[in-house]
Amino acid sequence: MHEMALAQSVLEIVEATARRHAAQRVTAVRLEIGVLSHVAPEALEFCFGAVTRGSLAERARLEIETTPGAAWCVPCGETVALSTLGAPCPQCGSYQLAVSQGEAMRVIDIEVA
Amino acid sequence: MCTTCGCGSSEVRIDAKTAEVPAAHERAAVTQPKYHHYRPGGHWHRHADGTWHSHVHGGASPHGDAAPGPLDSAHAAGMASARTIRIEEDILAKNDAIAVQNRRFFADRGVFALNLVSSPGSGKTTLLVRTIEAWSARTPVAVIEGDQQTARDAERVRAVGVPAVQINTAKGCHLDAQMVAHALTHLEIADDSVLFIENVGNLVCPAAFDLGEAHKVVILSVTEGEDKPLKYPDMFHAADLLLVNKIDLAPHVDFDVATAIAYARRVRPGLEAIVVSARTGAGFGEWLAWLERGVAAAKEQREGNIEALRRRIVELEGELARRSERA
Repeated sequence: MHEMALAQSVLEIVEATARRHAAQRVTAVRLEIGVLSHVAPEALEFCFGAVTRGSLAERARLEIETTPGAAWCVPCGETVALSTLGAPCPQCGSYQLAVSQGEAMRVIDIEVA
Repeated sequence: MCTTCGCGSSEVRIDAKTAEVPAAHERAAVTQPKYHHYRPGGHWHRHADGTWHSHVHGGASPHGDAAPGPLDSAHAAGMASARTIRIEEDILAKNDAIAVQNRRFFADRGVFALNLVSSPGSGKTTLLVRTIEAWSARTPVAVIEGDQQTARDAERVRAVGVPAVQINTAKGCHLDAQMVAHALTHLEIADDSVLFIENVGNLVCPAAFDLGEAHKVVILSVTEGEDKPLKYPDMFHAADLLLVNKIDLAPHVDFDVATAIAYARRVRPGLEAIVVSARTGAGFGEWLAWLERGVAAAKEQREGNIEALRRRIVELEGELARRSERA
């Protein structure tokens, strides 16, 4: 979904933070992108390079932490791994799952110089 | 260009007039709708499904905390000090903050707000028009329509006597909370009423955007194929009600209702489902009953809030009396 626009959203968050801390240059940006979220990390990486040209985050290193998917399985009574929405519990095959992790798209922190 | 979804938001129009707000999703200069008294709060760690993420860094922190790096105190001549600044902000935080404002606006007035989502051509507008007619003004109704172009849908709704605002996104593929907040300034929203927000026809993008609604209602018609919930899981995962529409056409297509609902429940366990026909009215008893329950809940919440305020006033008056006696 809209990786170019999400990259711009990331840049906006990063620039606002850098300004607040009177930083001149952003050297690294760390994101958390869950595997169940609405974005493809590789596409986001590509777009990030494009949108940051000419900004104070130009040539900043982009680090994406991919959070695995997880869900509470009701029959198993425990948290299990979930690779995609619509996948069954890998242990018991049930679909009675409540997603508990993997949907986040967040800017974690930035490194400034 | 809009910074959340890349649409040409400077071309967003509300009832054919260019929206006076800045690029629709910008956080900085949100135009406060005239009914709003609230400001966006801090940052939000909420995920699309409402759960919170307990992140590896542990412990809450105000955003923008500078964690001093080892070079911070060095300040050797000519050497810049590198430091890490914690942010921990959702990429969609802007939208979510406005959605929360919208939600409070609805809660204050006991408005039951629904976000209708589906592919184009599933019968959303026809279903909406028939619903309004069947509702027979049980409560006031208002509608916000979203399309790339034209005001056709808003006109169809107004033709059945209900106020409607048309948002045209130009190139945009979904409605967002800012657009809805602005559209609300063009509507007189009555207490204890229903607000239908008919999203842009799109089974992908609207899933990510909270508008402040009570529920997303996903509409899937029998002509679309029963495997769509598996192919477009995000949307069905985000919904609280599935309406299977055009059931009158079922004899002419290969569509297994039970399978479609089962697939939808794989990605959204416990999803409520109602089978309807906007053309014949099939299933409308159940659908209207669902609406009535939602309206009653919204009204009860508003009355509960007012009651809580009244109790608070009594408490404060008692406190005032006690303090006045002592003075």
